[in-house]
Amino acid sequence: MSLTATAKAGPRPSGTGPGPDDGRATALRRTWRKASPYAYIAPFFTLFLAFGLFPLLYTAFVSLYRVELQTSGEMEWRGIANYTALFTDEYFWISLRNTFTIGVLSTVPQLAMALGLAHLLNYKLRGRTFIRTAILLPYATSVAAATLVFAQLFGRDFGLINYVIGLVGFDPVDWQTGTVASQIAVSSIVIWRWTGYNALIYLAGMQSIPHELYEAAEMDGASRWRQFIHVTLPGLRPTIVFTVIISTIGATQLFGEPLLFEGSISGGISHQYQTLGLYMYEQGWGFFHLGRAAAIAWVMFVLIVVLVGANALLVRRRARKEAGR
Amino acid sequence: MTALAAPPTAPGKGRPPQDPPEKRSRFRKGGGGAGQTMKGGWLSYLILGFALLISAFPFYWTIVAASRSNADLAQVPPSLLPGPNLIKNFDAVLEEADIGKALLNSLIVSGSITLGTVLCCTLAGFAFAKLKFRGRGALLTLTIGTMMIPPQLGVIPLFMLIAELQWVNQLQAVILPGLVSAFGVFFMRQYLVQSLPDELIEAARVDGASTARIFWSIVIPIARPGMAVLGMLTFMTAWNDFFWPIIALSSQEPTVQVALRQLGGGYVNDQSVIMAGTLLGTLPVLLVFGLLGRQIVGGIMQGAVKG
Repeated sequence: MSLTATAKAGPRPSGTGPGPDDGRATALRRTWRKASPYAYIAPFFTLFLAFGLFPLLYTAFVSLYRVELQTSGEMEWRGIANYTALFTDEYFWISLRNTFTIGVLSTVPQLAMALGLAHLLNYKLRGRTFIRTAILLPYATSVAAATLVFAQLFGRDFGLINYVIGLVGFDPVDWQTGTVASQIAVSSIVIWRWTGYNALIYLAGMQSIPHELYEAAEMDGASRWRQFIHVTLPGLRPTIVFTVIISTIGATQLFGEPLLFEGSISGGISHQYQTLGLYMYEQGWGFFHLGRAAAIAWVMFVLIVVLVGANALLVRRRARKEAGR
Repeated sequence: MTALAAPPTAPGKGRPPQDPPEKRSRFRKGGGGAGQTMKGGWLSYLILGFALLISAFPFYWTIVAASRSNADLAQVPPSLLPGPNLIKNFDAVLEEADIGKALLNSLIVSGSITLGTVLCCTLAGFAFAKLKFRGRGALLTLTIGTMMIPPQLGVIPLFMLIAELQWVNQLQAVILPGLVSAFGVFFMRQYLVQSLPDELIEAARVDGASTARIFWSIVIPIARPGMAVLGMLTFMTAWNDFFWPIIALSSQEPTVQVALRQLGGGYVNDQSVIMAGTLLGTLPVLLVFGLLGRQIVGGIMQGAVKG
């Protein structure tokens, strides 16, 4: 690249003296040089303000009004009534609980398996590029496609999974109506799509741990398992925090999987797997209460901030504890 | 890995101060790692093989189900091999759910979002990485700070906005909001901080090149691998985006995901037709993944180390 630069520098005559109107030109040029960086960020920030930041902040404002889907231009002041309506709605609490349980059911096994897979992927392996690519395949699938296929596999009467369960000698499971069963089914879609992605993130983290640490541990006679516990895990801590935060945010806004699992906007006949994201959609685009939906969005936002904050605090505390040891 | 692994060599002293040295050396080291010297035993291969099987099986099953009839799928024991009905089911889904139009729309939407995002993010990423201006730190913090906030939460005002503009059911309602990528700006900034030496810019400045000239003939060529990775990730995300398209569009002007939602919404009862639609909607992105999977893997791993 430096070649191009010198090539351009070459033919330029070195003796060009300052011209008569050079002073004004330089001043103009200097002003432009000061202003021009803003021209580079302007396209992004124009879009960002109009379609990113403004909607996010305006959500809080809308949540204090009655706004109906068909007449979204008319707003009628309601104060906190949207929130009180929310907190007295049984289904809000059910979907809050579901969001939490599905979040745990999907995130914990997913990250644990990803960690194990990353450890294996970090060995010297034949065809490792192929393995890495293949393991990321589910990530390339859309939520809609993955969910439709899994809904088929989890069918109560003719689903393949119940068939296999029957082969092993158990009774078929009603994956749709049971609360626990349906939540496991929905979580399994999330786990399938994201485990490979997280494994690659962990693998990248593992590869940035200096090799010398392992050599030292080996010289001290540490087994592979102890090396994993005492070298790999501490070295991965920032990566683990990153994946936990990303997964928490993803779990809080889970939407497509529960929507398409049976195609119902209430998340099953007794709301058994309705998440907050789906509840928001139901209020806004099922019942046309945009104001109420905005209140739900704002609750989700606060929830995410609290969860991420708690996460960060927990990590800092542990790190301090360990440093004190 | 290949796409991002080797930043052009450059003398270290011109590096901007905001990039701590230990982080850079970690990035450089990338290739050497924990167990690289340890060979995987047969158990590792067995477990990984099982994981790959689980990764791939749903795809295989989609093909099987899409090539059979609804009656076949209701059989016990179920048939595990592809059947003869693939073309028939494709025809049915093209007719019933207008998948053809959906594929075209998705291509337009994802293509425009990809081009626009890569351009905007490279411009802004360059400014944040190499230009000095008032408010740079604050604006960058604002961008990174909102990176974690799901856009889903702003969906209600966004809907009111496009309703006001009478954009409901028009593709620009999905394209324009899709261009906002705080992650992309951050990604391009990190890429340019690491791979574009300050000396190069200074040398060009001394030669009297304008910033625009520098951007065009120095920044773009160097940024190209990063732009390619960002482009692939953006295309996949845009193709698979679900929440906003099903709100902003309808079956009159669907993207693939909107059409799949229609298919799964109980409007078509034939399971094998639904699976045929799923297969058609997934094929393009699988194709991209098949061709560029290695680069995508590399992009995700590099992004992880940097982030």
